Amino acid sequence: MVTQNATLKSKEELMEKLRQPEVITGSEILLRSLVLEGVDCVFGYPGGAVLYIYDAMHGFSDFNHVLTRHEQGAIHAADGYARASGKVGVCIATSGPGATNLVTGIATAYMDSVPLVVITGNVISSLIGTDAFQEADITGITMPITKHSYLVRDVDDLARIIHEAFHIANTGRKGPVLIDIPKDISANKTLFKPVTDVSIRGYSPTVSPNKLQVDKMIKAITEAERPLILAGGGVIYSGGHEELHEFVKKTDIPITTTLLGLGAFPSGEDLFLGMPGMHGTYTANKSIQKADLLINIGARFDDRVTGKLSGFAPHAKIIHIDIDPAEIGKNVPTDIPIVGDVKTVLQIANLQAKRADKADAWRAELLASKAQYPFRYKDSEDELKPQWVVEMLHETTNGDAIVTTDVGQHQMWAAQFYKFNKPRSWVTSGGLGTMGFGFPSAIGAQMANPDRLVISINGDGGMQMCAQELAICAINKIPVKVVILNNQVLGMVRQWQELIYDNRYSHIDLSGSPDFVKLAEAYGVKGFRATNKEEAKAVWEEALRHPGPAVVEFVVRKEENVYPMVAQGSTIDEMIMGDAE
Amino acid sequence: MIKHTIAVIVNDQPGVLQRVSGLFGRRGFNIESITVGTSEEVGLSRMVIVTSGDEQTLEQITKQLYKLIDVIKVIHLSSNPIVARELALIKVSAEPATRPEIFGVVETFRAAVVDIGTHSVMVQVVGDTEKIDAMVELLKPYGIRELSRTGVTALNRGNSR
Ligand SMILES: Cc1ncc(C[n+]2csc(CCOP(=O)(O)OP(=O)(O)O)c2C)c(N)n1
Repeated sequence: MVTQNATLKSKEELMEKLRQPEVITGSEILLRSLVLEGVDCVFGYPGGAVLYIYDAMHGFSDFNHVLTRHEQGAIHAADGYARASGKVGVCIATSGPGATNLVTGIATAYMDSVPLVVITGNVISSLIGTDAFQEADITGITMPITKHSYLVRDVDDLARIIHEAFHIANTGRKGPVLIDIPKDISANKTLFKPVTDVSIRGYSPTVSPNKLQVDKMIKAITEAERPLILAGGGVIYSGGHEELHEFVKKTDIPITTTLLGLGAFPSGEDLFLGMPGMHGTYTANKSIQKADLLINIGARFDDRVTGKLSGFAPHAKIIHIDIDPAEIGKNVPTDIPIVGDVKTVLQIANLQAKRADKADAWRAELLASKAQYPFRYKDSEDELKPQWVVEMLHETTNGDAIVTTDVGQHQMWAAQFYKFNKPRSWVTSGGLGTMGFGFPSAIGAQMANPDRLVISINGDGGMQMCAQELAICAINKIPVKVVILNNQVLGMVRQWQELIYDNRYSHIDLSGSPDFVKLAEAYGVKGFRATNKEEAKAVWEEALRHPGPAVVEFVVRKEENVYPMVAQGSTIDEMIMGDAE
Repeated sequence: MIKHTIAVIVNDQPGVLQRVSGLFGRRGFNIESITVGTSEEVGLSRMVIVTSGDEQTLEQITKQLYKLIDVIKVIHLSSNPIVARELALIKVSAEPATRPEIFGVVETFRAAVVDIGTHSVMVQVVGDTEKIDAMVELLKPYGIRELSRTGVTALNRGNSR
């Protein structure tokens, strides 16, 4: 208690000190502003154009700076930090190659509406546009993948711009905001006064819904015989998971959550049908196709969810709740549009929500279907099955860990077999599907949640896209448990080539991968390998007991496929069920 | 497909034209013409965009434009009566013998001859798109050497806004 009071006091004192107007450099303005925005951790990589900024960080301790080994590692870490905490993730890179190395990470965050403030340096103002050394038009390059961006032209604007950037990133539909700071701006001095208010003309996201539309929804619910909720990432981003729970309890409507919505609703509840879409549950997909009322709460009707659009939810009246008006009607025509913040909309809806009384037969039907068609796989005693490994991870952690994934089969197995009960426990690249995301995002998630267990599930392919960040786990003692489901191939590509390209396996063989245990050890991280169930249990338990970071490689069956699967171009109830018993 | 004329009031920031035109390109919206200039208020520019598409496309265009932070207002001009004007400069081959004919066309269209060379004349015409199209058609037989059109700028008539 004493220490906590002490830190509280000193934090207050620090803030007080930083708020004092003073003539300082652009770099110092940046650092002070970040602290005043509540940033406790940034990920970055220095270079010529940000030398003044890094100089100002010399001996600076008001927030943590994690030096990654690649800018891509930095931005994915910032992204994982944001997703797992709800705060804005921050990363810093230099101009030119440093900035362009961020592009994949910015696009990843943009597609999944993750709030980031991305700081890049640029060449000095007078050299901009001359093809100067390490110059890149990063605001131009990233225009389609940022919510907004700034090229700072005057140090006097800097404090305001940073404050605006945080506001824009974390309000409305969240997203990455880029601030490009020319080198001279970070060196120039001016009088710093903290900016505390923000007024951006034309920018005021609609938070409260139109009352009439909510009334229409309530009425539709009482009339529906086969109502269904489709909840997405928007529930988690708005912090509305408790309101969602209450809404489901009050209406008694079955619910399916998208990949990004996993954790928005406790997976153990009767009404939960699992995730829909390309690799979704039989019951979730069938229920969408049969529903007469589909209430979309904070999901964006991605094509991996809808399958063939023209045949999607053919009998349903569609209600769509979203903070971003442009999402409504973008892919699926909507009968009752509700623009607003999910949490606020549900709070209001909950005041009048009534049980969907006509849906008893429907509930019984779905419950039976759910019992009959769970996710399944054929287990084996000689080979390790990836699904079995994920089930083991779930059991040994009571479903309590924060799980991040890379992209591929393992991502789908993690989504299917690790059961999520809490929001912000599931970090995955849904919209862009970015390989290389899984491991660095876990570093960020762990920085945001030092006391929670963070497991990063990767394929042997994707792990090799950002493996260099093992160094920062070792140095900073970031105790992420890195799981590699090693099937020796680019598994998801193999699956498509098998099922859709007639077993023509083209360039999917990952022979020549490093010995992952040795790779881990080379970085000073503990490494483990398992090739059968017994080893798997033993090494996993040892890894969990180990206080620091660990890499655990599970050598799994190469030919395993993810089922059910909906082929592109099919409607979502046309599922290939696979060879599961 | 229906043509729509919309006005987009934007913050006069560097890159704003790129943001708007980039959005159209990226999302597969059509731009038939786009003009940009200052507006009645300092710091705000007015873009007038002629586009085509069904009602749903128009709605998406509007909503997507509103997502740009620098966009203050999107006005669907052609849903109300408008005055829409375009300017064209047309350089036509003109030998002394054909000049009177060309001047005749210019006069009927209430256009103007703004330059005369030894073998050509330059015609300036202001009007709606159809009028300029018609003018161009009529001048074609004489041989159009160069042509430059500004694209449409427009305001709603009367008090409607
Ligand atoms: C950066 C990037 N490049 C390529 C792809 C295409 N892709 C999707 S899944 C996949 C295979 C992933 O293989 P691996 O990491 O071994 O995981 P597995 O599917 O075997 O679990 C590939 C190449 C991608 N999603 N991201």
